[in-house]
Amino acid sequence: MAGEGALTPTGYIQHHLQNLVVGFHPENGFSLAKSSEEAAAMGFWAIHLDSMFWSVGLGALFLFIFKKAADRATSGVPGGLQNFVESIVEFVDENVRDTMSVKSNFVGPLALTIFVWVFLMNLMDLIPVDFIPYFFEHILGVPYMKIVPSTDVNVTFGISLSVFALMIYFGIKMKGLGGFLGELAFNPFTSDNVVIKWLFVPFNVLLEGVSLLAKPVSLALRLFGNMYAGELIFILIALLPWFAQWALSVPWAIFHILVITLQAFIFMMLTIVYMAMAHEHH
Amino acid sequence: MNMNATLIGQAISFFIFVLFCMKFVWPPIITSLRERQARIADGLAAAEQSSQRREEAEAEIATMLEDAKAQAAEIVAQAQKRSNEIVEASKDTARTEAERIKATASAEIEQEVVNAREGLRQQVGSIAVEGARKILGSEVNAESHAKVIDDLVGQI
Repeated sequence: MAGEGALTPTGYIQHHLQNLVVGFHPENGFSLAKSSEEAAAMGFWAIHLDSMFWSVGLGALFLFIFKKAADRATSGVPGGLQNFVESIVEFVDENVRDTMSVKSNFVGPLALTIFVWVFLMNLMDLIPVDFIPYFFEHILGVPYMKIVPSTDVNVTFGISLSVFALMIYFGIKMKGLGGFLGELAFNPFTSDNVVIKWLFVPFNVLLEGVSLLAKPVSLALRLFGNMYAGELIFILIALLPWFAQWALSVPWAIFHILVITLQAFIFMMLTIVYMAMAHEHH
Repeated sequence: MNMNATLIGQAISFFIFVLFCMKFVWPPIITSLRERQARIADGLAAAEQSSQRREEAEAEIATMLEDAKAQAAEIVAQAQKRSNEIVEASKDTARTEAERIKATASAEIEQEVVNAREGLRQQVGSIAVEGARKILGSEVNAESHAKVIDDLVGQI
């Protein structure tokens, strides 16, 4: 419910889409933002407390459960938790090995972390939109609470830019700086004639540069867009009278189970593909 | 949709998660998966091998059983033959024994008859002599008339 002012649909929606921001406000100093204007005024060096809290919490939950399973892992008869964890790990491992011809000790854990973490963050979308925000607002007095971290563009870009950095790091590590830049400069247009080959360089750099930069952007915006849209529809359904909501929210939630799994899988799969491209020579 | 330092915070936590996962989560699980795969493969191979061995053993048992049956049949046949032989031989022995006993017995009977006849003859002789003496009123000299008596006895 909207904190201040009348409970208009617009206010309700805007309230639900506002993160809990903490930062240095030009007038109020270091404080929690009371409105989206205040949040915008805090500039870049502000933090979405809710996104950080839920994403780090879910990541810690993921690692806690998987660590527990890993500590008790045996090659004998697996228990329930181990079975569950192993099926996920094996699924990720299979995808990694099918995609990458180069062996890597890093890409598997990277893909696993992305898959489970993104899945858990998306899963928060299935919690009814008002439950947790209402609790935070009326019991704890926290004005804003956005519980689905993957509907925060900072979160998705945080991951995708990390993946981007890893792509460049592994690209240079595996192929050398020359090889990495060569791929940017001499692809896709190339020639046996040295002069023509160098003439193509500007076009190639332009093309390859765009496609390289498009990778993290598309990775982040795909996840963000899907989850944001899904969340928005849940909020819109929540505007209906209470007795009618289930008719729309249940089908949408069921459909959304597919979406959140698919988005987590796509994010993981593309990360593996990008890592494979960074590791292998063309 | 305002970009802010959350992005950096996310990137940092992401790297920490990935590193933690790489250090503590991924290796033990993957190791146990691989080990179990190897163990299952070994187990399946062993099962395959032992079932093969069992089949071989069964075949061996079948041939052994066949041999044993044949041997048993042979032994039974031999035993039957032997017992028939024994029965026949004992029948023969019994028959000859019986005949021998019969022969001895009849010889003895013959002897007894001869002896009895001899005894009777002598008794009849002495009775006749006694009778004759009584009739004649005089003593018949047994020695002097021995020839006559013997003749008489021979005629009985």
